[in-house]
Amino acid sequence: MKGRLPAMVFGSISVLILMGVAGGEWLSKVPSSDHQKINPVRNEPDAVAAGETLYRDHCSTCHGKNVEGAKKRPPLVSSRVQQEATEGDLHWLLVNGNPRRGMPSWSRLPDPQLWQLVAYLKSLAPRKE
Amino acid sequence: MNFNFNFQMKMKFNFNIDFQPGRVEQACSHAADCTTQQRSTEINLRQFILWPVSIFALLALPFGSMCSGQERPYFVTYSHEMEEPGNLEIAMLNVTGKPEAGNRFWGSALEFEYGVTGWWTIELYLDGVSISHDSTIFTGYRLENRFYPFARQHWINPVLYVEFENINGADKSLREVVGHDGAADFVDRNSETRREKKREIELKLILGSNFRGWNVSENLIFEKNLTNAPWEFGYAVAASRPLKLSASARPCAFCAEKFAAGIELNGGLGDRYTPGLHNTSQYLGPTMNWRSPWGATLSFSPQFGLNDFSLPHLFRFGVSYEVDQVFGRMGFLHRHKEGQ
Repeated sequence: MKGRLPAMVFGSISVLILMGVAGGEWLSKVPSSDHQKINPVRNEPDAVAAGETLYRDHCSTCHGKNVEGAKKRPPLVSSRVQQEATEGDLHWLLVNGNPRRGMPSWSRLPDPQLWQLVAYLKSLAPRKE
Repeated sequence: MNFNFNFQMKMKFNFNIDFQPGRVEQACSHAADCTTQQRSTEINLRQFILWPVSIFALLALPFGSMCSGQERPYFVTYSHEMEEPGNLEIAMLNVTGKPEAGNRFWGSALEFEYGVTGWWTIELYLDGVSISHDSTIFTGYRLENRFYPFARQHWINPVLYVEFENINGADKSLREVVGHDGAADFVDRNSETRREKKREIELKLILGSNFRGWNVSENLIFEKNLTNAPWEFGYAVAASRPLKLSASARPCAFCAEKFAAGIELNGGLGDRYTPGLHNTSQYLGPTMNWRSPWGATLSFSPQFGLNDFSLPHLFRFGVSYEVDQVFGRMGFLHRHKEGQ
C-alpha cells in the first residue's frame, strides 16, 4: 500500500494538471444554482444575432472570428461548450471569468447581453473532436 | 489628423476658445489683471492639444480595428473591473475649470492601461497643464497597479490599488481630490507652482458591485507625500447604467445600449491631523459616455462644486481607445515582415 501511495498522488496530480491544461476545470466550480439556470432570452428571435454582434465586439480577438480559438485561447465550438456545459454554466463563466487562466470576467456587460452571448454560443454546431 | 481637426472644432464650439496660432500669452496672471478682451479669448491651447492628441493618434491609429470596450463613464472613480489581459487602453482625460480669482486652466492626462493578467492591471499617466495667459507645461507621471484578489465575482468586489506619483505642484489633471485640496490651489502661475515636487504614494480601496445593469463603485483614497507630510484622505462614489441592457441584433452607432449615464461624487476627507469635511472640496455631477462604432469611447461630465472651498464648475471630457491583444498584433506585424 505504501508503495502505491506515491503513484496514486502522482496520478491524481497528473489528472488535475491535465484537467487544467484542457481548461475544463471551471465546469466543476459552477454552483448548482447557476448550473440549472435557463437562458431567459433563448426564445427571443434576435438573441442569437445580437449575441453574434457581441461576440465580434468583445470575444473574437481571443477566440477567433470563426470561434476557432487562437494560440492558448480555446475554440468555442466543442462538445464541452455546446453539449457538456449548460446555459447556466456558460453564463457563470462569463460573469466570473477564469482570471488565473486568462479569461476575464465580463460582468461589465449587462446580464441580458451575457445571455445573448450564451444563446449565440449554444446555437453553434459542435465540431467533431 | 482629421480627428485632431474635428476635436479642435468641437472645443471651439463648446467653449469659445481661440485657436489662432501664436505663442502663449503671458500678459496677465490673474483674472483681475486681464482686460475684457483678453478674458473673452481665453486659452491658446494649440501647444497643449497638439502633443497629447498627436501621441494618442500615433499610438492608436496604426492598430486599425479596435475593440469597443464597455467603459464606465467615470472620471475619478474606479470600478472593480480590470483591463482584459493583453489589451491596451489609450485614453486622454481632460478637465477644465476657472477659479474665481484666477485664470482658466486645462488639465490633461494621457493614460496607458494594460491588462497583465485577469487579476492585475498596470497604468501609466503622463500629465500636463495649460493656464490661460500663462504657460503650458508637462507636470509629471503616475504609475499605478490594480489587483483583484479573488477568483470569482462577489456581491461587493474589492480591488487593491497602489500608485506612485512623480508630479509637480502645477499638476491639475484632478484624477482625485484629497486632503484640503481647494480652489486656492488653482490661482498661482505655473512658474511658481511647478517648483513644488510631489513624490507621492497613493493607496485606494476600490469596491464595486453590478446589479440589474447598474454599476455602483466606491473608492477610499489614502495619499502620502514621501517627504514629511501627513496622510491625506479622499473618496469617490459613482453609479451608472447603460441606457439599454440588451444588445441590438444589427451593428448600430446610436443605439441606446451604446450610451451609459450615471452620477459621480468625489471630494476630500481632510488629513491625518484634521480629518473630516471641513475645508475640503466636493464635486457632484452627471456623467455620460458613448461607444462609437469605430472603437473610441467618448465621455463627458459637468461637475459642480458643492461648497465655497471647491471650484464652482468643472467640465471633464475624455476619449479612449482599446487595442485588443496589443503584443499579439505586434507579433503579427513582425512575422509578416519576416515573411517578406
